[in-house]
Amino acid sequence: MSAAAAHVGPGEQQVPQGQDERKRGLTGYLLLLPGALWLLVFFVVPLVTLISTSLYDPSGSVFAGYEMTFHWRNYVDAVQGYGPQLWRSFLYAGTATVAAVLLGFPLAYAIAFKAGRWKNLMLILVIAPFFTSFLIRTLSWQMLLGDNGWLVDIFRTLQILGPDGHLLATPFAVVTGLTYNFLPFMVLPLYASLEKLDPRLLEAGADLYATPLTTFRKVTLPLAMPGLVAGTLLTFIPAAGDYINSELLGTPNTRMIGNEIQDLFAAGSYPVAAALSVTLMAAIVALVTVYVRRSGSEELV
Amino acid sequence: MTRSDLVLSSVTKRFGSFTAVDDLDLTVPEGSFFALLGPSGCGKTTTLRMVAGLEEPTSGTVHLGDQDISGLRPYKRPVNTVFQSYALFPHLSIAENVAFGLRRRGVKDVKQQVGEMLELVELEQYAGRRPAQLSGGQQQRVALARALINRPQVLLLDEPLGALDLKLRRQMQIELKRIQTEVGITFVHVTHDQEEAMTMADTIAVMNGGVIEQMGRPLDLYENPATTFVSNFLGQSNLVGGQVLERSSQSVLIDVHGSKLLAPSDRARSAEGDVWVGIRPEKVFLAAAESEFDDGSNLLAGGVVTDVSYVGVSTQYLARMPWGQELMVFEQNTGARDSFRPGDRVDLHWMPAHTFLLDATQAADAGVEKEEDL
Amino acid sequence: MSRLGTRRWLGDRLVMLFAVLVLLYMLVPVGVVILMSFNQPASRQGYTFDAFTLDNWTNICGPYQLCDSVTISIQIGLLATVVATALGALMAFAMVRHRFRGRGTANVAIFLPMASPEIVLGSSLLALFVSAGFAGQLGFWTIFVAHVMFCLSFVVVTVKARLAGLDPRLEQAAMDLYANEWQTFWRVTFPLVFPGILAAALLSFSLSFDDFIITNLVSGQTVTFPMFVWGAAQRGIPPQINVVGTIMFLLALALVVIGELNSRRRLRG
Repeated sequence: MSAAAAHVGPGEQQVPQGQDERKRGLTGYLLLLPGALWLLVFFVVPLVTLISTSLYDPSGSVFAGYEMTFHWRNYVDAVQGYGPQLWRSFLYAGTATVAAVLLGFPLAYAIAFKAGRWKNLMLILVIAPFFTSFLIRTLSWQMLLGDNGWLVDIFRTLQILGPDGHLLATPFAVVTGLTYNFLPFMVLPLYASLEKLDPRLLEAGADLYATPLTTFRKVTLPLAMPGLVAGTLLTFIPAAGDYINSELLGTPNTRMIGNEIQDLFAAGSYPVAAALSVTLMAAIVALVTVYVRRSGSEELV
Repeated sequence: MTRSDLVLSSVTKRFGSFTAVDDLDLTVPEGSFFALLGPSGCGKTTTLRMVAGLEEPTSGTVHLGDQDISGLRPYKRPVNTVFQSYALFPHLSIAENVAFGLRRRGVKDVKQQVGEMLELVELEQYAGRRPAQLSGGQQQRVALARALINRPQVLLLDEPLGALDLKLRRQMQIELKRIQTEVGITFVHVTHDQEEAMTMADTIAVMNGGVIEQMGRPLDLYENPATTFVSNFLGQSNLVGGQVLERSSQSVLIDVHGSKLLAPSDRARSAEGDVWVGIRPEKVFLAAAESEFDDGSNLLAGGVVTDVSYVGVSTQYLARMPWGQELMVFEQNTGARDSFRPGDRVDLHWMPAHTFLLDATQAADAGVEKEEDL
Repeated sequence: MSRLGTRRWLGDRLVMLFAVLVLLYMLVPVGVVILMSFNQPASRQGYTFDAFTLDNWTNICGPYQLCDSVTISIQIGLLATVVATALGALMAFAMVRHRFRGRGTANVAIFLPMASPEIVLGSSLLALFVSAGFAGQLGFWTIFVAHVMFCLSFVVVTVKARLAGLDPRLEQAAMDLYANEWQTFWRVTFPLVFPGILAAALLSFSLSFDDFIITNLVSGQTVTFPMFVWGAAQRGIPPQINVVGTIMFLLALALVVIGELNSRRRLRG
């Protein structure tokens, strides 16, 4: 989705004027007000409500109403009851993120430096999957990975898969779907970073007696870091909360935390569902904070 | 008063605690080609923007003829600007860029005027193109046409040639000068390039630290600088410390490390106690040590050549004097004079009339282009 | 060719080959969608290509509720796009062009919805609607409200980027050339920022049209197109879904191609 953000008109850089030209006064607040109110009422307030819902007495119901009892046991129940799903969510999301880096980096690199006149076409092809509904695309993986699909045939012939082996309804299928769904979010920021990199820097690296591998490690990678951090976040966060891939491509043994939250809400167990949701959010915030600190890209946020 | 001179009176502009322009008084006569010259950050662009109305003075007034324009919005002022890097509207064609000002003032039929203006800048065939399709020099001329078509009383040019390469810049300098003569509008030209200012302007104001150091014709500024800053920023100067011994209405006698030098009184900005004795490098002659001469020249003896650069039309020498200072000497390569090599012992002499005296309390290296400025 | 040259040539080819394979991985499912839009399935369950037919294309609205759900999605998408683009563009102008206290807070508030998993956004909104007593009124308007919320941040980011790339001297030049504030905005600022606003609007519409996880939590009985697909996936997928998917794909592709051609034509003049 940062696709649009990455496509800022080329060659139109901001020209600093020495002095801050921003205007003071009320107009700024007035322009900001409607949007800010919307975010306040429909983002901030709901988050607070979610947290308070997570502390309600779980014996209430939507119709009978809930009582605020600061029932922090909801969290213990949530983590004890759904620990494996929580752990699985992060494992799958992490694996999909790593896979997306491994697939996306060479692609972004090729578009930025090797594609020549095919550059624009390749970029359009990267965003082309967005042109159609992702639910339908995920469904088509059902066919591709299904027992009658040609992928299974190839894998069986190559004996990677046993004669009764399956691809669909396995953790492999879920991770494949997650990787597939969020790969463009990895490629686009990576490309945006790499594109700014002056190819002469790579030549300078080679000129200063660096092997291609050293040049990559010491020049390309550090300069691509902002894109890599943005890409991993844009992949990992939605993947961790996703339940569509697990539902359509997996089995009850591959259920992720999103499945449980959705089902708990659907079943009306609001306090536990809310507690689980808050736990997921907190875990993601904690992970992201540590990750951003360690990769030294705090200015991103 | 019928003339519409541009007059700035006690104009000050502060950004927070930084004073960009400090109590500036300036009169630009109508119809002149006026240059504001100075290093980056000296306040020249801020001055220009205050005339355009893009910046409001903290105090002071700007008058155009009888009219006080200090409080007017930019679009109410009979003043137009050629911006640094041109600021052409990328979404409009060249013709529409040029017509922009006329249309905003409600002129209905702009076609003929736009055509004439494009003809003046020799871009008739590009009317339908967009700015991005033109070269830097062409864009520069569009910016000029877009401003000139409004027949402003004053045209402001903010480093208009800064983005062009050297050869094109020379060409455009002559072109701008031609156009100014043709249209007769007052041009105020901001630049940090002393050569550009000298080539084009009738009058130059040298700015430094928010104030005008000196103002005058290019020749006067160069031959008779008022401050060490001007002496170094416009061309190069040798400044040697000395003490005034005697002064008369005609001349001043100075002791410089034991040598007696003369300077004309009317070229002495300071004629008491310690002074800087100034001489341009191209005014100095080199002679082999202890050659005899008795023509009333100023003479500094005992130099040793430390560096020789041959630059075609001239040869530039550095000579180390007995008190350790290195002085510059530019000799024209006319073939009539001896050349010297590093290590040669030389005397420096020049005509007293070329000597100027400056206040010794000013720093000798003010206005010298330092590496970080380039 | 030297040995080093050969190795480099080979390396370049390998990187390109790998890139093309990855692109293939990204595009194969789209191909499947297009292919399946011509499928005549033998049974309701099997998702295999059985026989070629044009029936799906001539009878798109055949499956119960399919076309209704598309209509609802388009309605919500348009409405949410208009509101989110308007509010977001105003916010972007405020952020780039105006000074005010608490811009740090504003920045975080705009960034956070993009960094939150959809399931959390959806469950928060549901918690709010339920505790505010709207549990019975979930539907079109609650979906609309939710979609504006998550589109808003993307609009702000997109328009902001375009505005920040706008040279302030262009507006100063307009003022210098006798355009007052109003004329400067409509003649210079707006036309130059417009591509950013348009991009933001297209992004908003596609985000809204495609959203499932948040919508699923706040939709009540209302069925948007993704909700319809989800329901169908449990029961057996009518091939017409793939027709809708193919039409969406072709429409978006046409838009991009037209945009690309347009910008090239403009460059050539």
